Amino acid sequence: MNNTEPVIRVEGLTVRYGSNTVLRDVNFEVRPGEIFVIMGGSGCGKSTLLKHVIGIETPAKGDIWINGTDTSKLDDRELRKLHMGIGMLFQSSALFGSMTIGENVALPLTEFTGLPMKDIESIVKMKLGMVELAGYDNHYPSELSGGMKKRAGIARAMALDPAMLFLDEPSAGLDPVTSAELDVLIRKLNEGTGTTMVIVTHELETIFNISHRIIMLDRDAKGIIAEGDPRMLRTDSDDSRVTDFFNRRVTEKKSEGMTT
Amino acid sequence: MPDENSYRIEPAENGTVTLVLTGRIDLERFGKLAGLIGPIFDTHSPSRLSVDMSGVTYLDSAGALFIVELEDEARKRSVPFALSGLSREKMGILSLIDRDALTKPSLAPRERRMNIVEQLGVASLAAVRDIYDIISFSGELICELGHSLKHLRNVRWNDTVSYMKKVGVDGMPIVGLISFLLGLIMAFMSSLQLKQFGANIYVASLVAVAMVRELGPIMTAIIVAGRSGSAFAAEIGTMKVNEEVDALATMGFSPMRFLSVPKVIASLFTVPVLTVFSSIFAIMGGLIVGVLGLNLTIFTYIQQTMKAISIFDIVSGLIKSVVFAAAISTVGCQRGFKVRGGAEAVGNATTSAVVTSIFLIIVIDSTFAIILHYI
Repeated sequence: MNNTEPVIRVEGLTVRYGSNTVLRDVNFEVRPGEIFVIMGGSGCGKSTLLKHVIGIETPAKGDIWINGTDTSKLDDRELRKLHMGIGMLFQSSALFGSMTIGENVALPLTEFTGLPMKDIESIVKMKLGMVELAGYDNHYPSELSGGMKKRAGIARAMALDPAMLFLDEPSAGLDPVTSAELDVLIRKLNEGTGTTMVIVTHELETIFNISHRIIMLDRDAKGIIAEGDPRMLRTDSDDSRVTDFFNRRVTEKKSEGMTT
Repeated sequence: MPDENSYRIEPAENGTVTLVLTGRIDLERFGKLAGLIGPIFDTHSPSRLSVDMSGVTYLDSAGALFIVELEDEARKRSVPFALSGLSREKMGILSLIDRDALTKPSLAPRERRMNIVEQLGVASLAAVRDIYDIISFSGELICELGHSLKHLRNVRWNDTVSYMKKVGVDGMPIVGLISFLLGLIMAFMSSLQLKQFGANIYVASLVAVAMVRELGPIMTAIIVAGRSGSAFAAEIGTMKVNEEVDALATMGFSPMRFLSVPKVIASLFTVPVLTVFSSIFAIMGGLIVGVLGLNLTIFTYIQQTMKAISIFDIVSGLIKSVVFAAAISTVGCQRGFKVRGGAEAVGNATTSAVVTSIFLIIVIDSTFAIILHYI
């Protein structure tokens, strides 16, 4: 991980749905090659922030720069081109149920590269091997477990070797062992390929195991309340909302009278 | 100016061949580079192959795959292979490639394509199974309807009224419009022939009898199948995918009673009403042509219409429409409950509900035509 120009820069991002402000004046940067985690409690706007960063939704105010390009200035065609340079793992994996795992991974390659089928098959086998799913190319998503679907989703997201990979709640719905295995895989891919990874999660194990830096969002503050190394924030933060979250403590307000 | 993303092959006198790679070795260049693998060995017959990567500025996983495939080919031909100029970063990508995965056969073998006889056999078996499924579902549904009749308080009347609105009230504009236009067309086309014999007045009879006995019930049923039968299948199918049907079962509800009975009752009541509505609008369409194109008076047209249709025609049309309603709602629900899997299965169920309903409407109508002929 090096400290060069940021690959993602978010400036003054405000998100509103009608009169309801979800995020207000959010600012942060993601550096190349790092594993950056967007964390926070349920309903604080983590996934909303991710959707705005990748350009699926348009912010009410503020700018999002990806690789030095202001995404708000891009038309649909330019935005599609930008999307080809990023990979996304959705919470549900979003694999196409009518296609085999191999066909799911091959889809971006057949659409965007013009490579002959033989080469695409080699790349698909290589990608499935990278996520430890060798031999599963002819299986359908419905035949895989939750953890395998996530890994297949990562293989598809990385089919075009994107410089950035976005992962929305990668360990949601997985058992602790499978979740830990996925963390190891994410770390291994990050170290091996140097891909910048932006992860939305509230899983503390994932945060401590793999993240380089985090931002923490808060529902009441409608923005970032902490930024930095989670291992440092856990002990050094002055904000009780941050230390409570990291130490799984229930505050008086949240528990409506119950204290730990 | 030389291309910075290029390669050179440098054969040495001792038989060593060096492949010098520069610039980006990535997915974009993978196809071109992969095509080099065979020719390097066939053309230069190296005693040793060396790859110099010191000029490589970027290596992605596709580039790394090229290096691995080149090395595998060298091993296959017993040619010593050496890599040089590899940075730590590039080593990282190479280390991610699982060589065994590249040759590992699929755990689920690709399905063999069936020949036409096998396809015919499979399709026939599926059709037989489908008929069996519809019959057994209908039986179950009849039992549930019987139970609901005995326990009227248990029927979800709020849902039933809501479906009556969706199937009936919301369907009225499209049923009315299509029937009106159908009546107009029928009257216009028949008037062209009947005018030649001075039988203009029989346009009213033709439109009335055709609509009340045959076309009214059929057109209404086809529109309801397209609008509501498909909606029933999609609604129940989506609930199946989201495990809502399982949730109902685990809470002690009968999913069939909870989901199908209100839809079937609503359809049984509303489709006959829509059929009457359809016939009235078609007669109005015919009336417009009769008055404006054939110089008939409104009174004469209505009088001729009343003379042409009998109570038997009206009742047989209504009975038909009730049977159509039962078929459409049963098939819609059955297709919904049959959904397994995801979004695609819901789409298939919806299409299948409409196609099967229309097929059944035609079969039922033909059966009625034969029965009514002998009554």
